[in-house]
Amino acid sequence: MRRRKLVLKIKEMLIERLLLLCSLLSVFTTVGIILVLASETFAFFREVSVFEFLTDTEWTPLFVKKHFGIMPLLAGTFLTTVIALAVAIPVGLISAIFLSEYSSLKLRNIIKPVIEILAAVPTIVYGYFALFFLTPFLKTFIPGLSGMNALSSGIVMGIMIVPLVCSLSEDAMRAVPMGLREGAYALGSTRLQVAIKIVVPAALSGITAAFILSISRAIGETMIVAIAAGQQPRLTLNPLVPVETITAFIVQVSLGDTPHGTIEYRTIFACGMMLFVLTFIFNVISFRLKKRFQEVYE
Amino acid sequence: MDAFFKGLGLFCTFIGLVVLCVLLVDIIIDSLPRLKKDFFLNFPSRKPEEAGILSAWVGTIWIMVVTAIFALPLGIGSGIYLEEYAGKNRLTNFLELNIANLAGVPSVIYGLLGLGLFVRYMHLGRSVLAGGLTLALLILPVIILSTREALRAVPFSIREGSFALGATKWQTVRHQVLPAAFGNILTGIILAMSRAIGETAPLITIGALTYIAFLPQSPISSSPFTGLEFSLRGFLDPFTVLPIQIFNWISRPQKGFSSNAAAAILVLLVLTLAMNALAIILRHRYQKKTW
Repeated sequence: MRRRKLVLKIKEMLIERLLLLCSLLSVFTTVGIILVLASETFAFFREVSVFEFLTDTEWTPLFVKKHFGIMPLLAGTFLTTVIALAVAIPVGLISAIFLSEYSSLKLRNIIKPVIEILAAVPTIVYGYFALFFLTPFLKTFIPGLSGMNALSSGIVMGIMIVPLVCSLSEDAMRAVPMGLREGAYALGSTRLQVAIKIVVPAALSGITAAFILSISRAIGETMIVAIAAGQQPRLTLNPLVPVETITAFIVQVSLGDTPHGTIEYRTIFACGMMLFVLTFIFNVISFRLKKRFQEVYE
Repeated sequence: MDAFFKGLGLFCTFIGLVVLCVLLVDIIIDSLPRLKKDFFLNFPSRKPEEAGILSAWVGTIWIMVVTAIFALPLGIGSGIYLEEYAGKNRLTNFLELNIANLAGVPSVIYGLLGLGLFVRYMHLGRSVLAGGLTLALLILPVIILSTREALRAVPFSIREGSFALGATKWQTVRHQVLPAAFGNILTGIILAMSRAIGETAPLITIGALTYIAFLPQSPISSSPFTGLEFSLRGFLDPFTVLPIQIFNWISRPQKGFSSNAAAAILVLLVLTLAMNALAIILRHRYQKKTW
């Protein structure tokens, strides 16, 4: 009997260790990402100065005359991100207000899964849609639009991000206590006034967290921009011409046969590092804000 | 004013649905001429009307199997640890922050990790194994988070009842908590796999070839001389998957290839949407169960 108990105890301990090991794997993943990116980035900066990387206005690492200025890629990323947010934030926020303050619970329970399907569509499908449907469609209104451009890829990316904004903002609004709304209604407010003057301000940190998370998502989105935004790094804020984002450049190099150990090969890791740092900053801010709204109402 | 906003709200809520419908109709129209039996049984080809998705869908199955083998036990195990075992201490806090952050890392960066770690450092080459491992790391945070949520939904009284009967921690988890959370865990797994099936960027980044006119070696083969043979060599063979094949066809200028892309997209969409529908149905069914 005592022996059986000992065996049981050892088994329990082993299982706990094993499960802990599973959890630690995610730490190894993070360490792996940082090590892989850092080692190649370090090698990259032995050949290219950090100053040139951050200030040069040309990005031509695949040409004979090489320039390594990341500004054009950052400009492309910035442009597509801004366009995507200009679509995703108003549409996502208004539908969140509608679902949380106006619609019946029954309607909401039907609509929410449908909106979330938009997030489940593979991004390559959105890329096809932007290139073969939206761009030709927009061309009928904007004759100067290039076949590849930041505008249509940004808009489609925005539509992809709508469910993220909507779902997180709605969660935040739902967490606002009913008493606040009832107080405002008792004072004679309309629904719109309650929504905009009471619920949105009360849920602001959660809503901001959603916005910031969507920035990070837009910066990291790859296939839509690789297909529909073009692969021409240029320092411009014109949405009608082809541009290249950081992510699209990584795809472009990966498609070619770039030998291991060359400077071209290392550029994608330097770009990856840039991308990782950018998204990391936004993710952390968003995480903090979300924690704050959870603390206030729970 | 109030009525106007209600209209605006309805419009914004349904705009997504409209886009989804337009997208589906556009793709169905583009793909109709190519959706025949041959399309599923042919290898890619230089002639668009002869090209098919055989190597792509077989490759997708291979990759999904490898991804599931690694991601499911590790993800569920990690979720169990964090929800059932971990105490409230700094290590737990750190682990949670780390997983939340990993969930937000762009997928293309997982591709760079796969390239540096699996393809180069471990010398797995641009193989099924390297691709599957890369995607497994990518969906791991998703599985962990959904497992935790599923476990959290199981009321504490069930655990207490089990402990009161003298069950150990693992016996409680294994025989009470896991079965009770099974439906929600399954939902999370299906959603995570449906995400992996459509991922393109990480697999392009590890250098998965776009033109593959053969299949990975089958794990079971039979020949008249040696009888049934088992082999794991296929896991080290190069591969292509549906999204990569689609990307390849989209980037070709000839008109025929874009309708091939549309047809392959339709196949991919049917797969993902079916998985999502299944997840929604499962979630609905298990949510009805009240404690």
